[in-house]
Amino acid sequence: MMKHTAMGIVFSNMHDSHLGSLTRERTTGSVPFGGRYRLVDFILSSMVNSGISDIGVIAKTNYQSLIGHLGNGREWDLARKLGGLTVLPPYSSGDNQGIYAGRLDALAGVSGYIRSNRAEYVVLADCDLIANLDFQKLIAFHEEKDAEITLAYRREKVCRAGNENLVVFDLNEDWRVGRVWLSPQTEQEQNIYLNVAVIKRELLEKIVEEAHSRNKRSFTKDILVEQSDTLRIYAYEVQDYVMRINHLQDYFDASMALLQPQVRQALFPAERPILTRVRDQVPAKYGLGAVVKNSLVADGCIIEGTVENSIIFRGAKIGRGAVIRDSIIMAGAVIGDGARLEFVVADREATIRDTRTLVGYKTYPLFIEKKSVI
Amino acid sequence: MRKKEWIAMLLAGGQGSRLYTLTKNLAKPAVPFGGKYRIIDFPLSNCVNSGIDTVGVLTQYQPLVLNEYIGSGQPWDLDRQDGGVFVLPPYQKSSGSDWYTGTANAIYQNLPFIDRYDPEYVLILSGDHIYKMNYEKMLKFHKAKQADCTIAVLQVPMEEASRFGIMNAEEDGKVYEFEEKPENPKSNLASMGIYIFTWKKLRQYLEQDAATPGSANDFGKNIIPAMLASGERMYAYAFDGYWKDVGTIDSLWEANMDLLDPKVPLSLYDPDWKIYARNPALPPHYIAPEAHVQNAMVTEGCMIAGTVDFSVIFAGVTIEEGAVVRDSIVMPGSVIKKGAVVDYTIVAENAVIGENATIGARPEGMEDISGWGVTIIGGGVTVGTGVSIAPKAMVETDIAAEEVLVK
Repeated sequence: MMKHTAMGIVFSNMHDSHLGSLTRERTTGSVPFGGRYRLVDFILSSMVNSGISDIGVIAKTNYQSLIGHLGNGREWDLARKLGGLTVLPPYSSGDNQGIYAGRLDALAGVSGYIRSNRAEYVVLADCDLIANLDFQKLIAFHEEKDAEITLAYRREKVCRAGNENLVVFDLNEDWRVGRVWLSPQTEQEQNIYLNVAVIKRELLEKIVEEAHSRNKRSFTKDILVEQSDTLRIYAYEVQDYVMRINHLQDYFDASMALLQPQVRQALFPAERPILTRVRDQVPAKYGLGAVVKNSLVADGCIIEGTVENSIIFRGAKIGRGAVIRDSIIMAGAVIGDGARLEFVVADREATIRDTRTLVGYKTYPLFIEKKSVI
Repeated sequence: MRKKEWIAMLLAGGQGSRLYTLTKNLAKPAVPFGGKYRIIDFPLSNCVNSGIDTVGVLTQYQPLVLNEYIGSGQPWDLDRQDGGVFVLPPYQKSSGSDWYTGTANAIYQNLPFIDRYDPEYVLILSGDHIYKMNYEKMLKFHKAKQADCTIAVLQVPMEEASRFGIMNAEEDGKVYEFEEKPENPKSNLASMGIYIFTWKKLRQYLEQDAATPGSANDFGKNIIPAMLASGERMYAYAFDGYWKDVGTIDSLWEANMDLLDPKVPLSLYDPDWKIYARNPALPPHYIAPEAHVQNAMVTEGCMIAGTVDFSVIFAGVTIEEGAVVRDSIVMPGSVIKKGAVVDYTIVAENAVIGENATIGARPEGMEDISGWGVTIIGGGVTVGTGVSIAPKAMVETDIAAEEVLVK
């Protein structure tokens, strides 16, 4: 039997409440991003690229689109006999109510899955990061510090909008975590936890079991905040490109950042690809009179109008004379002839009829819901 | 092994010598096509869409790329518990070993493969045509006619008929004569190289053919004439969609360009008849602020900062600022550097066109049109800065800067 050093646990529903209409009918993990991806692709691909091939994705609600996207995990090379991808939907039994209330609660619900694994470490992660992380570095740091828990963090300014459930902490000179705060009321630069942690599997089992018996449910509140002085918690600063998506504005900004070549180089290096579900679509087709500038365009699109500073997802259609600026047009959306869109996020299969004009603002993009017709 | 009603055998061993340098290192069916496909994706996808779950792919010439590409068959949904896609190269037997000497011999050498599935019917396909066809309809026709062999035919213009194998048939489709490239064609029903045989019959004729000294072991030259001569029930099945043999440079170029022409009846957008391909994991393509792209197909992973017009751009291609690509095909991974001008050219995989190089020419700009033609830049070739390559030239090796190739 092969010994895996680390397994992954991905929380697909965390942050759902911060993403408005994007998560009305889907998990955070299945929010479309970057023309052909979904948010979960970044964390899954990071794990796969880091040699983690045994990954459980915890689902809570609205997970149909997530399961449809992940399938058996083949596109991530996770359709394995040994390990591979396991989607872990809630189930109720006895004292377990099914729907969990926090990460610890969720982990208690899947303790059987974790226990059956032989991995030495567990990497816990949410789906709110746009990054291509190397977890081997995180694990190496964890081992070097002989830590019990290692948190991935970045030093950044706290933004008022979307600081709910944000975790920040003090660090001593040896990167040991001191005091931990939740939802800090500040706009200063802080050590911001990226919701990515590595922990010894056996310790995690113990923590989950104890917390469950004391009805403690939150990993951040009940473990990080409460036990930072008793546990050996360390923090590893991620130097790679990372964008956190904790708010609709973050989503818009992180999307638009992809138009910068250095961001694409950081996220999509050839040797560490971001993997996603294959849709077998035709290459994008540009008609006579198409004018496209500074934009990302996925396969399957038909572009006959003007597109600037925008991201066009798979199979979207942009009609003749339509003008799309600073917008995100998701898969299968149809923009009619002569329509004008600025700072708009059109969700999957939205239809904007001919000659309609929709204008949002840079700091307040207009979100058009899935399948709506305007 | 469960008995199958029908299986397909795809002849993919051809060198495709008329594609010259494009098939130097890979078999013709593996030649990239249409931005993200290879030629073989069309017959393979047709098989799956027609309900065929077992396909033997007969390879011989440069099989490496094709083997790797087909792999487990998963992209075409042909990774099956019972059946699936199998690559069948010639193999050694206790009585010796032979290369496939002809199309019929390739099938003959794989009798044991076909017998494992004990099919009623066998569909024979070739791997060098671009078309969408529901073979199931053809099978229905075959059964309704109680045929021993059904040959798919296409009406071609009478003046071109002498380039094809022509079926002379009665009104109900019954073939009474077959002429290979006739000087004076009697009909314009050209064989598309797609056959359905009742397996028992074909088996018998394959064995007979194998025992005939001097036979070319070819379906068109030997098997079909022999079956006709013996009075077997042969029927022509008329197909009236888009079909293109991409066996030459010009036809390969044209078939790619056809994808840009809305009047050409080959839609790749039909959700019920998708053409599947093995896809690399690349991000969407990026069109830079200074780019001009119209009348073009562009695939994922590209970075376009130059001008692209009437062209098909494959996955992972880079076209730098100020470069111009017109009426051309740029295959995966190639780079067109700053200021280069590429006209009427097929740039094969992973080639590099240096800064300010001029490749090919537009026919309207030439005084003597007789020497004009599509230019080919071979796979992996680097063309140096400022180099000028004449139209119709075929470049197989690197050309250093400032050399001028006048053909």
